[in-house]
Amino acid sequence: MTQNEFLNIVMPFKDKVFRLAKRLLISTEEAEDATQEVLLKLWRNKTKIAEYNNVEAFSMTMTKNFCFDKLKSKQAQNLKIVHSNYEEKDTPLQKQVELNDSVSWVERIIETLPEQQRMIIQLRDIEAYDFDEIAKMLEMNNTAVRVALSRARKTIREQLTNTHNYGIK
Amino acid sequence: MVLNSIDKLIKKYENGETTLEEEQVLKHYFSKDTVAPHLEQYKPMFAYFLENQQEQYTKALPLKPKSMFNYKWLSVAAVAAILLGVYFSMPVSDAHYEQNLVGTFCEPEEAFNEVSKQLAMISSHFNKGASTVNYLDEVHKGASTLNYLNEVENTTSIIFKTN
Repeated sequence: MTQNEFLNIVMPFKDKVFRLAKRLLISTEEAEDATQEVLLKLWRNKTKIAEYNNVEAFSMTMTKNFCFDKLKSKQAQNLKIVHSNYEEKDTPLQKQVELNDSVSWVERIIETLPEQQRMIIQLRDIEAYDFDEIAKMLEMNNTAVRVALSRARKTIREQLTNTHNYGIK
Repeated sequence: MVLNSIDKLIKKYENGETTLEEEQVLKHYFSKDTVAPHLEQYKPMFAYFLENQQEQYTKALPLKPKSMFNYKWLSVAAVAAILLGVYFSMPVSDAHYEQNLVGTFCEPEEAFNEVSKQLAMISSHFNKGASTVNYLDEVHKGASTLNYLNEVENTTSIIFKTN
């Protein structure tokens, strides 16, 4: 397999891999690294690509697993500041600006969701995969995906309604 | 009418029961400016989904990872090094040994003949050289004619009586 053939296979979904990685890792740089890592892994195993019946779904699963590993090792490395008793009284400027921008609020709300719900929202509402594909990618069953999706959507809507109302009052 | 169906869709959407097509309808509806006031809070949500869809991975992909160190070439280099080592560390190669044998004889008689031949040659050349030095005899001749100086000595011995 030549480089061009490989790129033709990978191009259509490399952005999806990146966005899923970013959804999980949040930082753009880390997501870029993860994407590169996943794609290079595919390239190294290019002889096996023909055996995968769905390269895209396979890559998404790989991305998910890779990001989980990343997150786990990060949690192990990071020291947590336990005594966070230095809270700022006023809302910081950064936050105030963000408050005004309700679209970025959505991002912040999604960030607070559990990882699984985050991934499902990403795959369904942003990448528009159907339920069977999502179930396969995340190694879950169809119903569980639906339930998690419904929960995630409801949480986002509730939070948004709250901020929306605060905005008015 | 439209609003009614959107309301229904939203309900289905929240229960995770909408199909992809229905979700497209919702996305389309919320991307417009005219959204019913009671659905206003959904707007940023769908706007965010659409916006996020545009995000792209822009980093270049280094598909040619650093070529792995080739162990084949390591073995080639090792073989070359060993060969060179063997070549330079051999004390006397056969060729050198043969060269050292030139001019030696195995039979003593043959050696004797050769030596005497060589010595004869040396002596003949030596004589040739010596013959050219014959003119030195003239010096002796000249010296003998100087004998008359003895006469002078005789006369002086007369004058000065010596013991």
